[in-house]
Amino acid sequence: MRTAVIQFPGSNRDRDMIAAITKISGRPPVVVWHKETALPEVDLVVLPGGFSYGDYLRSGAIAARAPIMEAVRAAADRGVLVLGVCNGFQILTEAGMLPGVLMRNATLRFVCREVRLEVVDTRSAFTSRYRKGEVIRCPVAHMDGNYFAEPETLKRIEDDHRVAFRYAAGTNPNGSIHDIAGIFNANRNVLGMMPHPENLIEPAHGGSDGRALFESLFDSVAA
Amino acid sequence: MIPNEPRITPDLIAAHGLKPEEYDKILELIGREPSFTELGIFSAMWNEHCSYKSSKKWLRTLPTTGPRVIQGPGENAGVVDIGDGQCVVFKMESHNHPSYIEPYQGAATGIGGILRDVFTMGARPVAAMNALRFGAPDHEKTRHLVSGVVSGIGGYGNSFGVPTVGGEVEFNARYNGNILVNAFAAGIADTDRIFYSKAEGVGLPVVYLGAKTGRDGVGGATMASAEFDDEIEHKRPTVQVGDPFTEKRLLDACLELMATGAVIAIQDMGAAGLTCSAVEMGAKGDLGIELDLDRVPQREQDMTPYEMMLSESQERMLMVLDPDKEAAARAVFEKWELDFATVGITTNDLRFRILWQGTEVANLPIKELGDEAPEYDRPWVEPKPPKALKAPVPPVDVAEALLRLIGSRDLCSRRWVYEQYDTLIQGNSLQLPGGDAGVIRVDGHPQKALAFSSDVNPRYCDADPFEGGKQAVAECWRNLTATGAEPLAVTDNLNFGNPEKPEAMGQLVYAIKGISEACLALDFPIVSGNVSLYNETNGVGILPTPTIAGVGLIPDYAKMARIRFAAEGECILLVGAPDEWGTHLGQSRFLSVLFDRDEGAPPPVDLAHEKKTGNFVRDLIRAGTATACHDLSDGGIGVALAEMAMASGVGAKVTELNDLDPAAVFFGEDQGRYLVTIARDDLETVLELSDAAGVAAFWIGTTDGDALKLGEARAIPVADLLAVHEDWFPRFMAG
Repeated sequence: MRTAVIQFPGSNRDRDMIAAITKISGRPPVVVWHKETALPEVDLVVLPGGFSYGDYLRSGAIAARAPIMEAVRAAADRGVLVLGVCNGFQILTEAGMLPGVLMRNATLRFVCREVRLEVVDTRSAFTSRYRKGEVIRCPVAHMDGNYFAEPETLKRIEDDHRVAFRYAAGTNPNGSIHDIAGIFNANRNVLGMMPHPENLIEPAHGGSDGRALFESLFDSVAA
Repeated sequence: MIPNEPRITPDLIAAHGLKPEEYDKILELIGREPSFTELGIFSAMWNEHCSYKSSKKWLRTLPTTGPRVIQGPGENAGVVDIGDGQCVVFKMESHNHPSYIEPYQGAATGIGGILRDVFTMGARPVAAMNALRFGAPDHEKTRHLVSGVVSGIGGYGNSFGVPTVGGEVEFNARYNGNILVNAFAAGIADTDRIFYSKAEGVGLPVVYLGAKTGRDGVGGATMASAEFDDEIEHKRPTVQVGDPFTEKRLLDACLELMATGAVIAIQDMGAAGLTCSAVEMGAKGDLGIELDLDRVPQREQDMTPYEMMLSESQERMLMVLDPDKEAAARAVFEKWELDFATVGITTNDLRFRILWQGTEVANLPIKELGDEAPEYDRPWVEPKPPKALKAPVPPVDVAEALLRLIGSRDLCSRRWVYEQYDTLIQGNSLQLPGGDAGVIRVDGHPQKALAFSSDVNPRYCDADPFEGGKQAVAECWRNLTATGAEPLAVTDNLNFGNPEKPEAMGQLVYAIKGISEACLALDFPIVSGNVSLYNETNGVGILPTPTIAGVGLIPDYAKMARIRFAAEGECILLVGAPDEWGTHLGQSRFLSVLFDRDEGAPPPVDLAHEKKTGNFVRDLIRAGTATACHDLSDGGIGVALAEMAMASGVGAKVTELNDLDPAAVFFGEDQGRYLVTIARDDLETVLELSDAAGVAAFWIGTTDGDALKLGEARAIPVADLLAVHEDWFPRFMAG
């Protein structure tokens, strides 16, 4: 599996993501600087977590307009897999590559804790190793993770089975509508999610429920 | 010198926090009246915050060396060997005064400053902690301050990307007018790639890096060296504004630059910004420094040399660079879009010279600015010995008392606070806040981990500064030990009142004596630290608060202990409490929370006993025999058992302590004790081992079911413990 991790100034879970990909696939990803305008030949592009450009406008808004993003969009259009985690999810919505927005948490506070996620849909390159309806553990760490979409958009997302993960009952940490934690694009080759599967992949993390997401991706390329 | 500068009058001198005799010393030193800029520079270098003039005499008495110590106090941070060619670099520093005036930015820039201290030395920050002390919950400002400080710490640390792994939060009316924000950071570096502030070589470029200079924070260090009155709100403009995004880029750029070999010396601009950093680099290297202020990147127009020299704008660094590698260095900073400007040069004349618009606005002897700072042997009085308890302790319902304790402001869950901090980033966190110590694994090493704990009991210190100082060190050592770590070294953050008052000075002196004795006995040297004095408002000082933050090394994290019970049916051992020990209730949480009695002597600390007991417990953990471990401190055995039960969901029955006074047994705070659980099959062996080691160990009960039963008290379901424990903080903050 050939992977690229995009690095923006202010990215800070890039190192966690690089470590997770390297540990699980045995192959370190290519790190691509935000000012580049082309991507290397890869199967997966990852937008990692952090506070790109300080998130001094809306979270992800500046990064969505970074030079590299045109190449990311073109790759996604070609069917290359794109995963955006946390700030990466915010960037994908700001770039218009995923519908909806991520607003400030309903509590107005940053939240770092473990939540439970229901795997809603396993028919994707990101979720095939999970069982439909399975509830997994996963940490979150964000200030702006409160997913919202207009009723029409929301209906479309739900009708097309594009919700990948929902916060399990009683664990929604941010007020997201329909408990949405992660969604696919229409072609199901782009996934944005607020929780951090890269921080729960080995016994030292206290669990490895996040690992199957990466293994699903590697399966899909090997197949 | 400069025509438009104000005349130097006694009022101006006083407004700079300089005493008449200190001003006389300036006149004597330079042989003329100082310029306004020079007066500002002296005020910045000679205030309490930068010069340690009241505490230096006593700080010198602290033990600061040991076989693993690579760098002790005096640099940006302490450095301690952790083997395999690596070291841990750490320090704790206060940002008390700014955080009271502007809690979000005050706390945020406190985190920024301590992170910079660590990466200035070439270390990547891997862990942070913070020790916070606020006024009474019902004081009108407390909720606002808690909310602002916690979000400021989170806002900065989360964006920067360092996990917060531990800390303390405490409330006491004595902090109503002066809260404490003590920030700790630790990083890991290669032992052969540590960077220092000492400049070397004449005629080398002095380079300014990072953010631009503005008027924020002008005079901040002087403000932090004064007591408060009701007008303190007017000092808001002296609080700096933090920009974690720039700090993160500064970290990445500095580490990249250091890898090029271009850096000869480096110093971050913290308190008193450009002044302090330039003087430090020159004075340490026996060199002069000449700065041309017209080259300093400026954020605001028409800044005067005085403002530029005293600005505390954040996220700035000063470096001496190898001129042959200047171009490579510039490229790194341009990549990260940070300012890079050659602002000066090292000289051989030992003068600190400042040029501005072609004029010399300051010309001072550089060594004397730092070294000749006034030093005081302030008068102090021996603290009064604590009095015995005024009245006997009334009988209580033990179950009810436990619920009140774990649901109190003092001992309730701090989840509301630590969930606002990113505790997981970097993917190395092994133990999160809520246990005895925070633990992270050493990135890239298959087994090694570091443990961190921050401790002090200010009420103990108030009652008896000497025993309180000892206790803070001992508790930190014990918390690290309880994870299986070998305690390596300490950073201290000494927060006290007005040192010009002999009573407050006596507290400082005796706390340092206690700390010193404990650090020596426990082989736990002090490698860095910070002193914050004048924590006093309208004549009332804070509780003496010498915060001790320690670092420990775990050689194999597969054999590490946690506080949570591992399983049902295990033996609970009380380790380190010989029969003849009383059950000490003086200054206990029990008396304070249940009866509002802050009285009596704090529990004494027997350091030889502490060491022997701790070493025994650590051996049990490292042998893999201990399945859970918790040190005993605030709230005694009862609270510790409740915490172990809540962390695991497993209950316990304590059956072997029934013949004694239940309040004293379950809530006494005798020191040097641990609770350890072991498998039933190991009981005989462990008791034999404890006999051989001369350490008292008693089987007091068994983990069992889903309720906690202390002796003959009613059993409390763990779910009820949790409900009470988690209730107070969110309810308080919701108002």
